Amino acid sequence: MTTMRTPLKKVRYLGSAKEGADHFWRQRLTAIANAFLVIFLVWLIASLVGADYTAVKQKLAHPLIALPLLALMVSATIHMRIGMQVIIEDYVHGEGLKFGLLILNTFFAIAVALASVFSILKLGFGA
Amino acid sequence: MAVTSGRGVRPQRPLSPHLQIYSPLINMVMSIFHRITGAALYLGSALLAWWLVAAASGPDAYNHFLSWCGNWFGELVLFGFTWVLMHHMVGGIRHLIWDTGYGYDLRSIDILSWGTLVASLSLTAIIWISVAMGAA
Repeated sequence: MTTMRTPLKKVRYLGSAKEGADHFWRQRLTAIANAFLVIFLVWLIASLVGADYTAVKQKLAHPLIALPLLALMVSATIHMRIGMQVIIEDYVHGEGLKFGLLILNTFFAIAVALASVFSILKLGFGA
Repeated sequence: MAVTSGRGVRPQRPLSPHLQIYSPLINMVMSIFHRITGAALYLGSALLAWWLVAAASGPDAYNHFLSWCGNWFGELVLFGFTWVLMHHMVGGIRHLIWDTGYGYDLRSIDILSWGTLVASLSLTAIIWISVAMGAA
């Protein structure tokens, strides 16, 4: 079968990337995870109110606390990055500003994720 | 009437009504709240990261964080954070219900939308009362 598409266009993955539903699906997947993990977070913080530093450090170092916290920070930052991207695409129409903000959005989400994940691992492996 | 088009001149076309034309309906208000609370949580994630970084940094950094949380402004932010988090969570569950294709009749829409607000306020109250009673 002949195709109207040039080889260069194929190489650049232009046209449909077959990923149209990717953000839609990832946003819902992380939403379901977040709903459970946020309940865990609220319980965790409520249980740490009034605790001194040693107790907090000890609790956060426990694997059954650290693992859901890691899951939350990964899932939440993926979710919020997609959400903010939708907001930017809805309201910012200048190409330059839009791409600048989309890049900053990704940087911010990754910065929050890395700082949190590093801190949780540091506590978990004995700060 | 002269209808113009082209660069620099705005053609006289009828405008479709925008948000300020409609009287607010609860599902519309909850939709707006969902976006605003989502954006607020985006910023709030930095606070969560600060908490974790402070805990990993040592007692001085952690006590600094606690002293920030302890004043009236910090408490206000944490209270707002709680409601925003609960509202976005409950609103998200409502959207997941709608994603299944059910709940689109007017009665269900109203119940789900008002339910979101009632649930988020109730959960916030329950959380803060439980913490206050536990601390007392």
